[in-house]
Amino acid sequence: MSTIAAADERVARTSPLGRLMKRPEIGALVAAVAIFVFFAVTTDVFATLSGSATWLRSASTIGIMAVAVAMLMIGGEFDLSAGAMTGFAGLVVGILTTEYGLNVWLAILVSLALALAVGFVNGLIVMRTGLPSFIVTLGTFFVLQGIDLAGTKALIGQVAIQGMRNVPFYDQPQKLFGSSMEIGRGTFYVSIVWWVAVTAVATWVLMRTRVGNWVFAVGGAQHSSRQVGVPVAKTKIGLFMGTAGCGWLVGMLLLFTTSTVQSNTGVGQEFVYIICAVVGGCLMTGGYGSAIGAALGALIYGMANQGIVYAGWDNNWLKAFLGVMLLTAVLLNEWVRKRAEEAR
Amino acid sequence: MSTPTSGGTDERVSATGKRVGRAAREWATAQARAEAEAARGNALPSPGTPIIEVTDLGKSYGRVIALRGVTTSVRAGEVTCVLGDNGAGKSTFIKILAGAHRHSEGTFEVDGVEQHLDSPRDALTLGIATVYQDLAVVPLMPVWRNFFLGSEPVRGRGPLRRLDREFMKRTTRDELLKMGIDLRDVDQPIGTLSGGERQCVAIARAVYFGARVLILDEPTAALGVKQSGVVLKYIAKARERGLGVVFITHNPHHAYPVGDRFMLLRRGRSIGDYAKSEITLDELTSMMAGGAELESLAHELARDMGDSSPVVAELKADVEGDHEADREADHVADAEPDVESP
Repeated sequence: MSTIAAADERVARTSPLGRLMKRPEIGALVAAVAIFVFFAVTTDVFATLSGSATWLRSASTIGIMAVAVAMLMIGGEFDLSAGAMTGFAGLVVGILTTEYGLNVWLAILVSLALALAVGFVNGLIVMRTGLPSFIVTLGTFFVLQGIDLAGTKALIGQVAIQGMRNVPFYDQPQKLFGSSMEIGRGTFYVSIVWWVAVTAVATWVLMRTRVGNWVFAVGGAQHSSRQVGVPVAKTKIGLFMGTAGCGWLVGMLLLFTTSTVQSNTGVGQEFVYIICAVVGGCLMTGGYGSAIGAALGALIYGMANQGIVYAGWDNNWLKAFLGVMLLTAVLLNEWVRKRAEEAR
Repeated sequence: MSTPTSGGTDERVSATGKRVGRAAREWATAQARAEAEAARGNALPSPGTPIIEVTDLGKSYGRVIALRGVTTSVRAGEVTCVLGDNGAGKSTFIKILAGAHRHSEGTFEVDGVEQHLDSPRDALTLGIATVYQDLAVVPLMPVWRNFFLGSEPVRGRGPLRRLDREFMKRTTRDELLKMGIDLRDVDQPIGTLSGGERQCVAIARAVYFGARVLILDEPTAALGVKQSGVVLKYIAKARERGLGVVFITHNPHHAYPVGDRFMLLRRGRSIGDYAKSEITLDELTSMMAGGAELESLAHELARDMGDSSPVVAELKADVEGDHEADREADHVADAEPDVESP
């Protein structure tokens, strides 16, 4: 008994700060604070309510996907089809309702089912063939992109959904996915709430549940996990479906916030999600990372995206900034991983 | 709470009983609950009682005879060492004990009842657990998450069903303490532990999940002298706790200090099964090295390469060393870890 109490005592000696320094998201937290302070000082609008509403909105949809992609990366896989999926899900609802007059709720469910099916197929192919998910989802990405562009044009003869507001019962899902709230001069969209909710659920699952334990395990050492009885295929297929499901959610948020989706929506975003996840502390090799970190990564993206506009700089500097963030994060993560894996 | 230093058998059994009560309530699924109870129902018999007895055990794959004529026993509180060079049939023997392969000749008795194991799960149900060389751990995950990986205890219902973190951490710390490992922080990634300590976490995990017999597949093969010593210490510890241990190795210097019984394999045949009182380290080393074979090899090489060749000189020295064993005794003094004899 006394020995055990002594062991507890020694553990308690680690200070809260020391504990925080060990978290995977610490780098992203420091960077987020620094960027906030920088733009808050150098521009007038950034730290106001209306300014923050703008960058929070842009961070929210990216953030939902970044969190989902981060979970998948912790599980040791990539999903390059995640960006195209957001457009695909929105287009399905838009086309089914405006062109074919389907009930809007039914269309939303059809879209969800299709998204989950794509995620399932992604996962199944990866698990059955053992091919890298990078290649498999690159394939799905191009398939979805082709369907989004050519399918939309063939079915409605346009490249964007129009007349969404005239769809019967449009206002019902619009409340759920596209409503907003005025606080001061800022218009805060409900997507921010969804972003926080998705981050909270993902963190709960990762840190507190059996499934979370399995996600870390299959990403860290798949063979070992299988040996001790972790359902590897189910876990990974579930992760692919989760990512696709979040793609659907973001599709709905985009569609019902702006009442339109374009056929190229989301294309090119898949790398932004991965960058946000990596900036948030996810290892490219899997087995390590955090959902909160990915959310912070998206926050950094959103702040930089709008901050550059407020500062009056050329928008394209964002790309260079993202590249620098990514490289710094990868180097930092690699160092963290080495420290964690090395024998004392 | 049970005391870290394990006392008599009775105390240990009652502690296990309490754990079953608590774990059963919190176990995730009905299946896991049943498995856990089945596994922990296997109370440890008193030391010296045979748990596994094999007689003339053999295995052939088609026309290939991989193993034959193996007779030995694994007793509670004793270490049975299986010694042999590469390809001697050690892995075939483990696979039969572990339930991965069915034996084709002889008898395989567990607690006096003849068994034909069809899967590793059958072996686990009988309390026979195998710790393979790769240990099945995830380096980046904390020690306590690794300890329970695949059989995580949970509490709460519905969406609030969650890992019983407090129980998991405390149990991990206690179980490791029983093995003599005092971790400052079970939250550290298991990859930061030394090779020997990781081996011990794998052993402690097997013991906690109901093992009565531990099969250790070359646990010291990839380790340095000092780390090997650490692992040998834990093998002795597992023996003290009343488990039967099957220790597979090709190193007699590792086997002799902890072993109670030595079974030697060569070319798929058993070339002897000795209690410790019946054999000395030198005899064991000599049989392992294949004294006679080495001698003839030295002669052969001398003919081809000339007596002065350094290879031949070395071989001859080895052969003499086996006979005289002076040099070997020095080796043993170096390699022998600090193992308290029972």
